[in-house]
Amino acid sequence: MTSTISPARVLRRSVMLALVAQGAATAAPAADFRFAFQGTLGALDPYTLNETFTLGMLGNVYEGLTRRDKDLEIIPGLATSWEQIDDLTWRFHLREGVTFANGNAFDADDVLFSADRVRADGSNLAARLPADAEFVKVDPYTVDVKLTTPNPILNYEWDTWYIMDKEWSEANDMVAPVSAKDTSPRPAAFTAMGTGAFTFESHEPGVKTVFVPNPGWWDTPEHNLDRVTYTTIAADGTRVAALLSGDVDLIDPVPVQDIPRIEQNADTDVLTGPELRVVYLGMNQMRAELATSDIKGRNPFQDPKVRKAMYQAIDIEAIKSRVMRGLSTPTALLIAQELFSQASDFQRWPYDPEAAKALLAEAGYPDGFSVTLDCPNDRYVNDEAICQAAVAMLAKVGVRVTLNAQTKSLWAAKILAAGGFDTDFYLLAWTPGSLDSWNVLVNLATCRDRTGKGGPFNVGGYCNPKVDDLAAQILGETDAARRDDLIAEAYRILHEDTAYLPLHQQNLVWGKRANIEIAQRADNQVLFYWARVN
Amino acid sequence: MISFLLSRAVQAIATMLMVTLIAFVLFRYVGDPVNQMVGIETSLADRAKLREDLGLNDPMPVQYARFLVRAARFDFGTSYQQKESVAVLIGARLPATLELSLISVVFAIAAGVPLGVLAGLHPRSLAARAFMALSLLGVSLPTFLIGILLIFVFSVHLGWLPSFGRGQTVQIGGWSTGLLTASGWRSIILPAITLGLFQMTLIMRLVRAEIMEVLRTDYIKFARARGLPDRIVHFGHALRNTLIPVITVTGLQIGSIIAFSIITETVFQWPGMGLLFLQAVQNADVPVMAAYLMLIAALFVTINLAVDLLYMAVDPRIRIGRAAA
Repeated sequence: MTSTISPARVLRRSVMLALVAQGAATAAPAADFRFAFQGTLGALDPYTLNETFTLGMLGNVYEGLTRRDKDLEIIPGLATSWEQIDDLTWRFHLREGVTFANGNAFDADDVLFSADRVRADGSNLAARLPADAEFVKVDPYTVDVKLTTPNPILNYEWDTWYIMDKEWSEANDMVAPVSAKDTSPRPAAFTAMGTGAFTFESHEPGVKTVFVPNPGWWDTPEHNLDRVTYTTIAADGTRVAALLSGDVDLIDPVPVQDIPRIEQNADTDVLTGPELRVVYLGMNQMRAELATSDIKGRNPFQDPKVRKAMYQAIDIEAIKSRVMRGLSTPTALLIAQELFSQASDFQRWPYDPEAAKALLAEAGYPDGFSVTLDCPNDRYVNDEAICQAAVAMLAKVGVRVTLNAQTKSLWAAKILAAGGFDTDFYLLAWTPGSLDSWNVLVNLATCRDRTGKGGPFNVGGYCNPKVDDLAAQILGETDAARRDDLIAEAYRILHEDTAYLPLHQQNLVWGKRANIEIAQRADNQVLFYWARVN
Repeated sequence: MISFLLSRAVQAIATMLMVTLIAFVLFRYVGDPVNQMVGIETSLADRAKLREDLGLNDPMPVQYARFLVRAARFDFGTSYQQKESVAVLIGARLPATLELSLISVVFAIAAGVPLGVLAGLHPRSLAARAFMALSLLGVSLPTFLIGILLIFVFSVHLGWLPSFGRGQTVQIGGWSTGLLTASGWRSIILPAITLGLFQMTLIMRLVRAEIMEVLRTDYIKFARARGLPDRIVHFGHALRNTLIPVITVTGLQIGSIIAFSIITETVFQWPGMGLLFLQAVQNADVPVMAAYLMLIAALFVTINLAVDLLYMAVDPRIRIGRAAA
């Protein structure tokens, strides 16, 4: 028996049969697409978890008022167009003739419902909309958004603010968002009703999810898929073996060391490109005395010269070629180069160990100092190896670094706000959800107090009131060119102060069968409507 | 008898309490659950509120007491990560683990006993020596390495068997079985061998040693003297008497097979309880971890209780000793 499963014979929920579409790989029909990812998918409520992979999977089923294309440019989605009537009013014209997968028509009531729901207690995506923005239904296909303060990037994150069906949500006990704090499970949390290209056929959290095309989708499908099976394969070796043996068509991610094996195989190849995430090292500039250093009574990191010495001691090209095997893009900024128009104006401080030693001596540390580096070992591509390389490079200029590499949950619990920012020196990475610099500045670079009020992810506590001031100006500036100049000014200050040690954008590495075509978007969302099986 | 049972039951409950208590102490070192439950941009106020709502700010004894009260009603809460009831999650994953354990035990016995007999009857033959050498490998290689080797050879190179998962499953009531489909059987072969290899070598070596000992006994000599054919002597007389220790050891190993399927399930992405537990550890999903550890503790306690009762049935000295005391 072969395990071919014709989509026409797909068994509905009423039939007590759960079919697993894998097994005899070679016998799979052409338009059956099997995808394996390292992580799991939990609840299908689009407001439960603000996380890229989850939102990407749900983006196959749900849609927002806007969408982002393959280059992350904002394009019309459930809204066909929008305009700013004045500084405080935006008007959105909704697409007519769109239905949810259950046949219900999409209109302004669904938008108003979703705007309330996403900002309700328990939603993890409340920040998608300003809390005090008022949504007004002008007619069934026109919605006005009235703001209290100007917001030039109002709709930047609306591609993942998915619109839900008001009637379906009310009928299925889904008016309140499924929240992390819920203590009793909600059955509808494992179903979904969107307007998107696919619908869920089945969903076993942490195991396997099956998508089938939505025949009533309003847009013209670019894909040729009849069925998509997403499986979690957590173990790197197994995921690669599944691709090589033909059990799956696409895997994300490919461990860097397995790339040659996948490329040598005639039936598989590797798809790679820069990811938006910027990996950087941060230094605690808030503590009067570093907890893990042999320097007592003062904090070396409070001296910009020391920070610049650390920067110049790191040979980023060596990290790129040795640790990342060429799959990284070194950067001088805390934002991806794709996301800032003036990024090419910024150059890294040059790698120069002699200059670094001189700077350390000038700052009063001719013999260097010791410090502990907090590093995850399962969060970013080759994270621990990057830290090991940095430790070796810093040793050459006299900074004696002890590496504390641990699993991401322990690392995060220690260095982030919940652990009281308990770190002297750390590796972290950031992708702005809005794909905009204001998010980077306000999270990573504005002053914070001991509890994290201010810049909540400014772990090192860097503080320059000029940057705070610029961030406030950027928030209200509606002229795009002026706004970019302000952003550039802020980044220039961060660079001159050496507030951070930016390292690189890691590359996305997907492995695929040779007969698969798929667009790899830099935010690492896996969108099946751009996939083709040839 | 009743007092014996009662004292054993009290001991069992005390063991379970100890296991869950130790687990709860350890949970403080697995990281911050809240960080794994919300997106990175979630505000600190929201995180603090969530921590409060989940009762994570309460002192450990309070959290432990709350867990015990709910566990007594078989309510293990909701998974932080999957937002699904833990009982439902474990119920859905239990069949995969039990089927894998069952098939690997069957494999261990079906392969271990004949090979052990062969090695015991002809200890100097080339085949017996080869199997003994191989069995040494089976005992010494770590499970994950065996699993990866098998995947590499049989999935990637030869393309005979699937590299991961359970294949097609059929739902019978609340039980999802992979043993009724061809792809289910193809999928279970590699993980069952990986999981059962250690037990197989154990059984094989045990049977070999027992056979070699039994063959020297008088009643075997008498049987031969009676002119019985070798087949009957070997399998009717010798093997039957070697099986008692084999059954004891196998029974005791079943608990470890289920508990230690974690590694095999991870290597083969086998959707069982072990994989669920490992995912839970990585995500600091405390309710799932607590329930799993409690279940495994219950399993071992039950097996040990059964073994104690069987010993009492088999060995009159235990009964007499207790009666006299």
